[in-house]
Amino acid sequence: MKNNKIFYFIVILIVAIFFVLLLGLKEEKNYTPQSDINKLNNSISLKELYSGKNIFLNDLFLTDELNLINIWASWCLPCKAEHPYLMNLNEKFDINLIGINYKDNLDNSKKFLSDLGNPYDEVLVDNDGTKSIELGAIGVPETYLINSNKKIIKKFIGPLDQEDYDNIINLIKK
Amino acid sequence: MKKITLTLAILLTTFLIPPNSYSDKNENIDYITKNLRCLICQGQSVYDSQSDFALSMKKLILVKIKEGKTEDEIYNFLKEKYGEWIVYEPEVNKNTIFLWGLPLILFIFGGLLIMRKVTIK
Repeated sequence: MKNNKIFYFIVILIVAIFFVLLLGLKEEKNYTPQSDINKLNNSISLKELYSGKNIFLNDLFLTDELNLINIWASWCLPCKAEHPYLMNLNEKFDINLIGINYKDNLDNSKKFLSDLGNPYDEVLVDNDGTKSIELGAIGVPETYLINSNKKIIKKFIGPLDQEDYDNIINLIKK
Repeated sequence: MKKITLTLAILLTTFLIPPNSYSDKNENIDYITKNLRCLICQGQSVYDSQSDFALSMKKLILVKIKEGKTEDEIYNFLKEKYGEWIVYEPEVNKNTIFLWGLPLILFIFGGLLIMRKVTIK
């Protein structure tokens, strides 16, 4: 009788473990950073792409409109795909666009902008990727929407698509 | 009985003393990056990974060490940016208390079981 109980207990335990593992298989494995996205490092300074002048990122934010930081590189194909959305944002809406050029060859990045158009109000250079890490980025492209209080209100990891674009427009119109 | 107590004492001492304290490796970037998860190659540590993210992270940590930041300050800075998942060693809080407590409970329970068996014999 006692042996039977132990046997049933072990069978139930194995079945339970099996289902727990089965459920685990369906879970999303890739981690997307979940942090306090409101915080922005005020002391980040980067070089301007064309003049080479050092500029504090904090000084570029406007208080009367939304700010958008876009981390991009000329070697990044998804950046090319999202470029038309940025061009549209710059042409049609009042939004302060700041581009951060990530680990790129400066000539290539200038050519990228002259070929496809420059949607940015300011283009800064992060040649070793450390400034992007300080902003909380994991790669390119990434886009942060920053409100008039200099707080990140939305992060877009990966290239902007139509849904993100509509999302940004809704936030601008608010 | 003396032997069991001595063995338990040695085991406990082994678990309680960290194998590498930060003070011994004050400027060792490897020690910190081995405890950080690469968010691009999620099966690797920042130390092992050669992704752009990991390479930039190593440079930034070196800068932070040179600025005089402690190991904990660096971890906290990165946790603020990327969440707690960035570090391999989770901190003790209400969500992880079971994770931290279970091995200790099993260790004590197992020890008591062994002691009981030995005493009965």
